[in-house]
Amino acid sequence: MLLTQLRRAVVLAVIAFVFVFVYALVGTGLSQLLFKDQASGSITANGSTMIGQSWSGTKWFHGRPDSDDPLSANGTAGESGATNLGPRSKTLVVDTRKLIEAWHKVGVNPTSDLVTTSGSGLDPDITPADAIAQIPMIVRSRGVTSAQLQSLIARETHSAQFGFLGSPYIVVLQLNEALASLR
Amino acid sequence: MGFFWTIVVLVVALAVAWRYLGAYMVAVYEGRVHFFGFLERPIYRALGTSPEKEQNWKRYGASMIIFTGVSLLVTYALLRIQGHIGLFNPQHLSAVPSPLAFNTDISFITNTNWQNYGGETTMSYFSQIGALTVQQFMSAAVGMAVAVALIRGFARKESATIGNFWVDAVRGALYVLLPIAFVAGLIFVGQGAVQTLAGPAHIHDALNGVAQTIALGPVGFMEAIKQLGTNGGGFFNANSAHPFENPTGLTNLLSIVLLLCIPFAFTYVFGKMVGSLRQGIAVLVAMVALFGVWVGFTAYAEHQPNPAVAAAGQVHQPTGNTTGKEVRFGDTSSALFGVSSTMTSTGSADAAYDSFNPMGGFGLLTGMMLGEVSPGGVGSGMYTILLFAIIAVFIGGLMIGRTPEYLGKKIQAREVKLAGLGVLVMPIVVLVLTAIAVSTAAGRAGPLNAGPHGFSEILYAMTSQGNNNGSAFGGLTGDTNFYNIVGSIAMLLGRFAIMIPVLALAGALAAKNVVPHSLGTFKTDNTMFIGLLLGVIIIVGGLTFFPALALGPIVEQLSKGHFYGTGLIGPFISHLTAGRLF
Repeated sequence: MLLTQLRRAVVLAVIAFVFVFVYALVGTGLSQLLFKDQASGSITANGSTMIGQSWSGTKWFHGRPDSDDPLSANGTAGESGATNLGPRSKTLVVDTRKLIEAWHKVGVNPTSDLVTTSGSGLDPDITPADAIAQIPMIVRSRGVTSAQLQSLIARETHSAQFGFLGSPYIVVLQLNEALASLR
Repeated sequence: MGFFWTIVVLVVALAVAWRYLGAYMVAVYEGRVHFFGFLERPIYRALGTSPEKEQNWKRYGASMIIFTGVSLLVTYALLRIQGHIGLFNPQHLSAVPSPLAFNTDISFITNTNWQNYGGETTMSYFSQIGALTVQQFMSAAVGMAVAVALIRGFARKESATIGNFWVDAVRGALYVLLPIAFVAGLIFVGQGAVQTLAGPAHIHDALNGVAQTIALGPVGFMEAIKQLGTNGGGFFNANSAHPFENPTGLTNLLSIVLLLCIPFAFTYVFGKMVGSLRQGIAVLVAMVALFGVWVGFTAYAEHQPNPAVAAAGQVHQPTGNTTGKEVRFGDTSSALFGVSSTMTSTGSADAAYDSFNPMGGFGLLTGMMLGEVSPGGVGSGMYTILLFAIIAVFIGGLMIGRTPEYLGKKIQAREVKLAGLGVLVMPIVVLVLTAIAVSTAAGRAGPLNAGPHGFSEILYAMTSQGNNNGSAFGGLTGDTNFYNIVGSIAMLLGRFAIMIPVLALAGALAAKNVVPHSLGTFKTDNTMFIGLLLGVIIIVGGLTFFPALALGPIVEQLSKGHFYGTGLIGPFISHLTAGRLF
């Protein structure tokens, strides 16, 4: 009786293993066939449009202040994730204060997205308001007009999916690529 | 406005799932679905069983335990030999260390998916598929099987058997989980989730001179079953916040629909199988009432400014608490996701729950503490709320001085004891283990945050594992011997110390005859019963956990203007006892 059950358990474990491998591999094959670009990471010339990057200096629009580049010392991919600082963390107060000061130094009155880190540590997006807040900085460093940047931002803004899922957003990489081709 | 339409679409999708997925699941478990017959029949042959060969509850339970035991050994072995398997390991990751492999193994076979590891830096693609995704299917199928067995206990008269475990597990996985997950997997990938066997991508951005190594993998199809099976264990450390796991607003909503559809549809299965849809609807209404209140509460809390960010000078926070949240989801949708994930046994996260506002974290924590019944995990939500229903009719019976009945079955001493046991195991496990963790140095070494939030991190960890949820206040350092072992105990008890009483109850109920309906019968399909059921759930959860909650999120909410920088919870508790907190 016990041996029969044990034999069944082993057989079902093996069957489940085989089935799930078929599921995952057929899924991979079909994904590569139908959605090759997305399935491989939506990678473009300057990086993935799905993964945030660090933009330093005053010449580029910045994304969320994440430690965006998941690159550990040996060149392998690092771990994604958030800071996990709680809503009454003194560390969070101090860190946020530093970020606000840094923005004020470059003439930007930051929105809250610009002084808080994301859930993945890789957030590729900002809201239009986050981009508009950075206009004075870009105007000063690049000598372009505020109106040019306004229309650039408007052009790069994706509306919320189907009009109601989430809010309008901008992919920082695409915005900066457009900025580079300005003038 | 967007959030309003999100809720409308969610309600419509779930209503359709309740009616049609529910009816489909009834057909599956009654053996009327055969489109995979060419696979199903050979599987039964290989197992040496057939749908006609039914089991009594002891044999059903023994089969379930033995299958889980074998899964435990196989999964552990796979994680330990990971480095020696040449296949699907482009990053050449070596074996998972033994305490971590043990914890992860138990976590996945119990449908918890608590993760003391970072997926992309610990698990090879082979392990993600062969060890973890396999258990995401099978642990879900096992949970559903146990719920169906309990429902049969109510539906049958003077029956010695409650079904065949092997047949139920195979049918659930083959006909319910596999096809839905496959279709959902394709949608995830179409939206931008990755699905590849290639190793990490190396990026150089000529604009900013940044070099990046981007982790890839077979993610999209794991994501689908992670949500559908209320598992929650993601491919990446950041879980559903990672753009490759949950790329768009659509996949975020799809995730929520997937993780809620089977648990809610189970009330339809229940109603249909016991022969009165109204009975199922009564349970559904109780689930929806709790779920709705928790979503509203938590979404409101997250729409408030983050107090630490405000104290730093960013007073104006029109988009709510953005710390630990992704721009593409925003505050309220992240809260909706969080409540959906913690009120089922999923535990996936599209934001950092640790950084939720005090009352937002309270919403998530209490969502689990109610026993995960609204709607709960696949199968586990249904059988747990039925335990509460038995307690509710027992209390109702006490008040009117009649032997209580539920669905025509007399609820006698044995049934009440089993239901009581099933309901009390979780709070005992959670509170005792939390007490152990806060009174030992090894436990106190865990939290990242100081003050009451550090206590919340520990309480959350024990609540999550004792309820087989798997979400975390992620600041807690869980990969230590202490937390790996204590957490494993919580997960095992939280799963099997409830499942076994449930199966015993199924056996006891199936053996009974049905008492004819009379004028004095306590009705269990009306508002009175729904209110009683809600009362029992809230009182059991509320009274047992209130003192612990008072030390964590409640004190955190009330301590306006206080920020905790140094010292872990030890000093905080002595601070409290000295009455100097406010």
